[in-house]
Amino acid sequence: MASLWQYANPQKFLQTTGAVLPVLAVLTALTLVVGLVWGFFFTPDDYRQGATVKIIYLHVPSALMAINAWLMMLVASLVWLVRRHHVSALAARAAAPVGLTMTAIALLTGAIWGQPMWGTWWAWDPRLTSFLILGLFYLGYIALWSAIENPDAAADLTTVLCMVGSVFALLSRYAVNFWNQGLHQGASLSMDAEENVADVFYIPLLVCIAGFVLLFITLVLLRTRTEIRARRISALLARERMA
Amino acid sequence: MIALLSRDLALAVRAGGGFGLGLAFFLIVTVLVPFGVGPDSAILSKIAPGILWVGALLACLLSLDRIFALDFEDGSLDLLATAPIPLEGVVAMKAAAHWLTTGLPLVLAAPVLGVLLNLAPAAMGWLVLSLALGTPALSVIGAFGAALTVGLKRGGLLLSLLVLPLYMPTLLFGAELVARGAAGLATMVPTLMLAGITLGACALLPFAAAAALRVNLR
Repeated sequence: MASLWQYANPQKFLQTTGAVLPVLAVLTALTLVVGLVWGFFFTPDDYRQGATVKIIYLHVPSALMAINAWLMMLVASLVWLVRRHHVSALAARAAAPVGLTMTAIALLTGAIWGQPMWGTWWAWDPRLTSFLILGLFYLGYIALWSAIENPDAAADLTTVLCMVGSVFALLSRYAVNFWNQGLHQGASLSMDAEENVADVFYIPLLVCIAGFVLLFITLVLLRTRTEIRARRISALLARERMA
Repeated sequence: MIALLSRDLALAVRAGGGFGLGLAFFLIVTVLVPFGVGPDSAILSKIAPGILWVGALLACLLSLDRIFALDFEDGSLDLLATAPIPLEGVVAMKAAAHWLTTGLPLVLAAPVLGVLLNLAPAAMGWLVLSLALGTPALSVIGAFGAALTVGLKRGGLLLSLLVLPLYMPTLLFGAELVARGAAGLATMVPTLMLAGITLGACALLPFAAAAALRVNLR
């Protein structure tokens, strides 16, 4: 009987991901190399921004994954809350540092891009500010996980924090719009928009986004496996102490 | 629930530490700012709304870990959890007691400190209004953070890390409201947003905080 929930069994999860991971890793590397090389060397310079525009191939995918990582954590936390599958809680825990790193990459590449274009590394622009706040939420979430010793209590408390944090992160996202005018451009990759980035830039960008999605999945699976094994080791140690 | 509220109030007033400390901290922060940025009254009156709001927020933060920690240590939190009133009610009353002992004195003291920072006279009313509307949200959000970290040995630092990002929207609309009041602009939108945040937090966060407390008392 095939069902998604069979992967809630840690043994089954380890088996399947162990088989899938090498393929996934190769695919990730291939997509990233193709996307980045295409983007960096085989696209024309923008007529106004020159070669600086090429940082978009790192900036946009990492920003996208920074937000989606939190979404994935929220879903995994809810699965833990409803069905009490430990793998799900561990996957949420595994995704948080990856999400934080993506946030940091997005902020850094944004600063490097902003310096020649806007003449400043940082501006209190709504998008920049809400990303900084997202980074703070990741920090708090990771800190709470590592502060609590009992793993089940830690999973429960971080789930509550993740849910409340999601609401407040959204609230902050729209509150900062009200507070300051933006330097950052609007969305230019939407499916439904009339005018998007030109295809010469768009297609390699899509490849890069696919590469970052694959990279995120690979890293989260890898880290979840590590978390499962760490949990096993601590269980074995506890059993040894009892004996 | 009233008995619980009056118990917490009596504890806060008589046991010392909590009641006047936040207020004194608020005063000191506000007095220190002119030394930091210089006595230029034009600059001071420009940054006064932000300073007053950040000061109030930090003063609130100081006493947050006392909301549940003392009761957790001496075991009365366990009794409250098994008491006939729901745990959500306990959280709401604890947050209310925190607001009455920390938030309300800040609201009342703010105009005096506003004078020290050369806040525009037109903004005084808005300052009091914004703090009166916003500080309950600070107390409720803080109670949620305190519930998350109550079982931890060194919860204080973690508590600030968790709670400060959650304070962001409240701070933003509160300070914006005062700044707009000082400049004579329309204040309807930030007022409504601030009230909305407070009401939403008061309505929903006690449930989240009670859930966190149940985990910590398990």
